[in-house]
Amino acid sequence: MRPYPILLTLFALHIAIPVSPAHAAGDIEAKQLYVQSLAATCANCHGTEGHALSGATVPGLAGRSADELVAQMKAFRSGERKATIMHQIAKGFSESQTQLLAEYFAAQKR
Amino acid sequence: MDRRSFIQVGAALALGVSSIPAQAMRGAKVVVIGGGYGGATAAKYIRLLSKQRIEVTLVEPEQSFISCPLSNLVIGGSRSLADLSRPYSTLTKQHGITHARDMAVSVDPVARTVKLAGGSVLSYDKLVMSPGIDLNYSSIEGLPEAQRQGKILQAWKAGPETIALRKQLEAMPDGGVYALTIPEAPFRCPPGPYERACQVAFYFQRHKPKSKVLVLDANQDIVSKPALFKKAWSERYPGIVEYRNQHKVVAVAPSEGLIKFDVHADVKADVINALPAMRANKIATQTGLANMADGRWCGVNYQTFESSAAKDIFVIGDAIQVAQLMPKSGHMANNHAKVAAAAIVAQLSGIEPNPQPMLTNTCYSFIDDRNVVHVASVHEYLATERTFKVVQGAGGLSAEPTELEGSYANNWARTIWADMLE
Repeated sequence: MRPYPILLTLFALHIAIPVSPAHAAGDIEAKQLYVQSLAATCANCHGTEGHALSGATVPGLAGRSADELVAQMKAFRSGERKATIMHQIAKGFSESQTQLLAEYFAAQKR
Repeated sequence: MDRRSFIQVGAALALGVSSIPAQAMRGAKVVVIGGGYGGATAAKYIRLLSKQRIEVTLVEPEQSFISCPLSNLVIGGSRSLADLSRPYSTLTKQHGITHARDMAVSVDPVARTVKLAGGSVLSYDKLVMSPGIDLNYSSIEGLPEAQRQGKILQAWKAGPETIALRKQLEAMPDGGVYALTIPEAPFRCPPGPYERACQVAFYFQRHKPKSKVLVLDANQDIVSKPALFKKAWSERYPGIVEYRNQHKVVAVAPSEGLIKFDVHADVKADVINALPAMRANKIATQTGLANMADGRWCGVNYQTFESSAAKDIFVIGDAIQVAQLMPKSGHMANNHAKVAAAAIVAQLSGIEPNPQPMLTNTCYSFIDDRNVVHVASVHEYLATERTFKVVQGAGGLSAEPTELEGSYANNWARTIWADMLE
């Protein structure tokens, strides 16, 4: 059993331990892993790493502009863009998560 | 404002818990038991997320995957099993996964080994168990024998039984009764039985219009999408589908076509499709992982899906004790797999697992051969409560069955099969 919720633990350690460049290199992997893991929740319908299958009726996300993806998610959330399901899914992700997702997909090869 | 800001990621980023270089992970061995929606996805994503540094062996006796989602359409007559099948060989060719075509017969969590039916023993650093469910036939008197004789089928795992059930329906005379009995929740695929009622009704309407579909449900009400299914039955299949709630089956007598209940009068049917209570598959229970709900389901740490009963074993899919409003679905198993895969890669690289994993779920149900409804949800891990909760305000249902959603459902199937197998 953890004595504290993980976030508090992380914050506490964050204050206590100075960051060295060597650590930072490893940490980018951590962030990449978290973002890949977040983006994987989109893959069921949009394809692995945002690559839609040929002839797909749901668009791929890889290689699209981050600003466009953020704007689309916003339009789904507000109801400005009508959908069968995506307006319901879009509301499950915060703005900062959406930003991370958009940047991740924008960085993937089309 | 932003309830789930990614400040945690920032914290982990600055923290630098990752100091073990990639070589540490190289050559680490992961064994995955079960090649369904959970296991196949876990195998592929461990390879992807580790940049192919972790060796993965998938233990799965079949040569090809057959999807349970959409298999009700085989019973309804608009699809074939071949439409729902994909080979496992792409996982080997594209992703370098070893496919052990065998059954896991035992696991030693201390020695960290898996024994296969063929006699070989696989050792692992991390084990993913995605074994699915077992049907508890003996929960209904007379069912074990009727099932062995092939008189009463379940077809709750897509394959030969799916075809056999379709044949029973084809052999049934017009004017006959097909009875589908549903156990108390939780069971695999919450909307599945109700979709099956639609599919059998679709077949009867066109080929045996005097026949009836009788849905005998142990639950208080339809477990998933109740309003949408009730509307479909009354508007599209009037006089064909009859639904009875709180009908808990206690016994079956196939020679007389009888179904007996705890309180209600007996029911007679020509084709009985009895779904008994379900529990985690035997390989999980005998390994001691089913530590929840009187030994039915496997408890996990939801942040990683690591078993709460055994270290280095990750349980995903239908076998787990679910968090609140988490369905036992293929889509959900695929999402469990991705969280577990990322956690395994993190552990083997010496970094903290994602502090805030997310899951999505979509269950599409076919009302006929092309009109479809869905239920969707988004789930976030709350570190303070150590569980997943649905994000309030997100998710929801279709307004009505549409062909557009039919096209999305077909797209979902193709895409998720590729996401797990290609």
